[in-house]
Amino acid sequence: MTTTNEFTASTKTGRLADFVDSRVGASGMVKEFGRKIFPDHWSFMFGEVAMYCFVLLLLSGTFLTFFFDPSMAHVVYEGSYVPLKGIGMSTAMASTLDISFDVRGGLFMRQVHHWSALLFVASLSVHMLRVFFTGAFRRPRELNWVVGGVLLIMGLAAGFTGYSLPDDLLSGNGLRIIDGVMKAIPVVGTYLSMFFFGGEFPGEHVIPRLYSLHIMIVPAVIILLLVIHLFMVVTHKHTQYPGPGRTNDNVVGFPVGPVYAAKAGGFFFIIFGIIAMISGLVQINPVWNYGPYDPSPVSAGTQPDWYIGFVDGALRLMPGVLGNFSFEWNIPFPWGSNTLVLSVLLPALVPAGALFAVMFAWPWIERWVTKDNREHHLLDRPRNAPFRTAMGAAGVVFYSVMWAAASSDLIATHFHVALNDVTYWLRTLFFLGPIIAFWLTRRICLSLQRKDREIVLHGREAGIIQMSPEGGFSEKHEEIDVYKRYLLTSFNDNKYIPAQPDAAGHISRKEKRRAKISKFFFEDRVAPVTPSELEAAHAAHGHHEVEGDKQDSIEK
Amino acid sequence: MGDHSHGSPEGSGTVAKADDVAQDRFPDPGLPPHRPRIADSDPRAAKRHERQVALLFTISIIGTLFFFVSYFVLGHLGDMTFAELRVQNAALGLGTAFAMLGIGVGIVHWAKTLMPDHELVESRHEIRTEEDRQDAVEIIDTIIDESGIKRRPLIRNTLIGAIALAPIPAIFMFRDLDRTGNTAHQMIESLSHTMWDKGVRLTRDPSGTPIKASDVQIGSVFHVIPEGLNEAENVLNEKAKAVVLLMRMDPAEMNISEGRETWNVDGIVAYSKICTHVGCPIALYEQHTHHLLCPCHQSTFDLANECKVVFGPAGHALPQLPITVDAEGYLVAQSDFHEPVGPAYWERGKH
Repeated sequence: MTTTNEFTASTKTGRLADFVDSRVGASGMVKEFGRKIFPDHWSFMFGEVAMYCFVLLLLSGTFLTFFFDPSMAHVVYEGSYVPLKGIGMSTAMASTLDISFDVRGGLFMRQVHHWSALLFVASLSVHMLRVFFTGAFRRPRELNWVVGGVLLIMGLAAGFTGYSLPDDLLSGNGLRIIDGVMKAIPVVGTYLSMFFFGGEFPGEHVIPRLYSLHIMIVPAVIILLLVIHLFMVVTHKHTQYPGPGRTNDNVVGFPVGPVYAAKAGGFFFIIFGIIAMISGLVQINPVWNYGPYDPSPVSAGTQPDWYIGFVDGALRLMPGVLGNFSFEWNIPFPWGSNTLVLSVLLPALVPAGALFAVMFAWPWIERWVTKDNREHHLLDRPRNAPFRTAMGAAGVVFYSVMWAAASSDLIATHFHVALNDVTYWLRTLFFLGPIIAFWLTRRICLSLQRKDREIVLHGREAGIIQMSPEGGFSEKHEEIDVYKRYLLTSFNDNKYIPAQPDAAGHISRKEKRRAKISKFFFEDRVAPVTPSELEAAHAAHGHHEVEGDKQDSIEK
Repeated sequence: MGDHSHGSPEGSGTVAKADDVAQDRFPDPGLPPHRPRIADSDPRAAKRHERQVALLFTISIIGTLFFFVSYFVLGHLGDMTFAELRVQNAALGLGTAFAMLGIGVGIVHWAKTLMPDHELVESRHEIRTEEDRQDAVEIIDTIIDESGIKRRPLIRNTLIGAIALAPIPAIFMFRDLDRTGNTAHQMIESLSHTMWDKGVRLTRDPSGTPIKASDVQIGSVFHVIPEGLNEAENVLNEKAKAVVLLMRMDPAEMNISEGRETWNVDGIVAYSKICTHVGCPIALYEQHTHHLLCPCHQSTFDLANECKVVFGPAGHALPQLPITVDAEGYLVAQSDFHEPVGPAYWERGKH
């Protein structure tokens, strides 16, 4: 580049912009992103909510680090919260109390941090559900789905490591549970626990260790994954909902500048405002009520933060002994007997592991069963993919049963039912719930699809009652407009694909298995209305006055 | 029509493309016509929206000012009552909320009412072109070729060996995460010992006052720590293993197994308070059914049957502490627990 810049800006701002541009090439970036199109839909905001919560977590978290002291050294509290004056506790707990009572706005920042964390994981989860139920994970976005799943896990890790830091009674009991779960791991578990706590539980080392993970490692990984996630969103361009004018080859929406940037940017302030309002008005994690950690007391109705609930609930659902059979297996070895603690291992690892395994593998499972390796930039309306929506609903119910189990004691006390009965019912639902949800959801989807067909073929109910010359009453049906009709008829219609022979003419066992699943998924299906069907329907009903094909039949 | 497809290179016609089958389908009518908003045609409405946006921004300014007032006027550092602190917290929250919502709602309102709402169309392009792929393959081949890594397997294999070994020291570096300096054997052993020993008095938690057998009535329950716990070197670690529940039952109602006949004092029994599931303290005693309930995961133990598990996720009974009375009538331990307390672990084995 030897040519000198011929351009001379006339205004002060222009000169400054030109200075930067001619040194970093900002013009290219502006050209690329300035008018980039983003499709607009309310359900696309959940990911944004998660990102903005994360920004708030960084801001409030940084403030908290200036005052928090993650030490387990014993001190006697002498701060301004009178009921705890003179009580011995760890420095971490004392500095948490100082943030709450002796730093102006400190309590507010703590509450902003905690509420943002809860909302962060919630919005991540809802965002994942949106992506799943609309099929946005399909090619070419499978890897971004995986990155999103890892982000969710890192969100849980961030929440868990942060939850324990104040070293109060509630979080200390949480750590105690972690200790018990770690010790259940065969062969290495006991050592893992000793290494984690720096010796026996609770020791004096775990809080500073969690602190390094919480403020450095975990956020660094989240930032890295977030950058990769957004980079892939730009590479793929955003998906869009189906509809007239929206194809697999275009993006219809608003340009970044000014509309999308304004909406998305404004949305950050809205999220901030809402979290600030909740944090100002709704108390969360009042550690001064719980008191410092002590291995002896515990309060009834203990609850983890909501996102850990499903694992805690699974722990509660597992029976430890059935009659005389104990799920703690003592395995005789030549050197003595060792204990396999299935009563803890199974519920702690299997349900969460299965949930995440199916979640991560789903794009590939779906591709294998449907033999659909096409790129999909148009989303599915959930009803138009009954098999997937039903699977998703089964997963949600599976998760929710465990989640509800984490509150089994509260359910029992609030609804005046026996705790044991709550547990028995939830154990039953743990197995039956997903099956019922799958079946029910699929039926609902198929019915909605049939209703769509009905609307296309016979029009929508106009709410006008007509009387025929013979005196019969009937309701008038109005033909829907071409745009609505296109939306209701243009969907990706998966069919049962029987087992296909490979190049050598064999039908492999794997292919047979695929065909079985394909049959299970797609045996019942509702096909979109075709123009010839519509014509036949019109002929049968004698709708000669149909004007649906004309574009001017839509709303004025 | 929505049936153009990407000519992606691997799609050599064997795999159907999205919207490939256009046989009997309704044609895409294209984007519906744009519906103008009121402000698009009525300048008075536009002006009204402009004033609304400005008002929202003004609300934000007021919110920020309110924050300052709450911060300086409501907050007297050091001598605030809890109620005053709550009021200040709510005021700071509301100030921030209005400051932020004013900006956010204002900008979004501006974008929705005054900025153009015409949807634009942009086309997607291939994520990877076949041309790029071929170029990339060629470059990588060149790199591999120039490095000679394929032609010199000796270099390659020793490098793989070196790289595989090099990180292993980093794993061993973490050995000293355990700060006790114990050997592996000592670590495991430490789990089966507590502060309890022959003659150690049972004292109240947390005061540490000893308990006379005559103080323990039928149906009562005591939270117990060993005498001298509060002076121990590592109070919390010792306490996490040694806490005990002391209860008294009618001896006639208790099923006592062989070898444990002398572990109670006239129906006064002591059991570990640490749940055998994952270690929560078992804080609830239901006198009527003589069941002990862990509030964390609802494991239920039956005191009448030596604290065997009757419900919930715990896998084995609570360990019993053998007790007796000393010359002064105080309750004392006969020995340590006969099995490790707390959650099960791999090395626990049969006890």
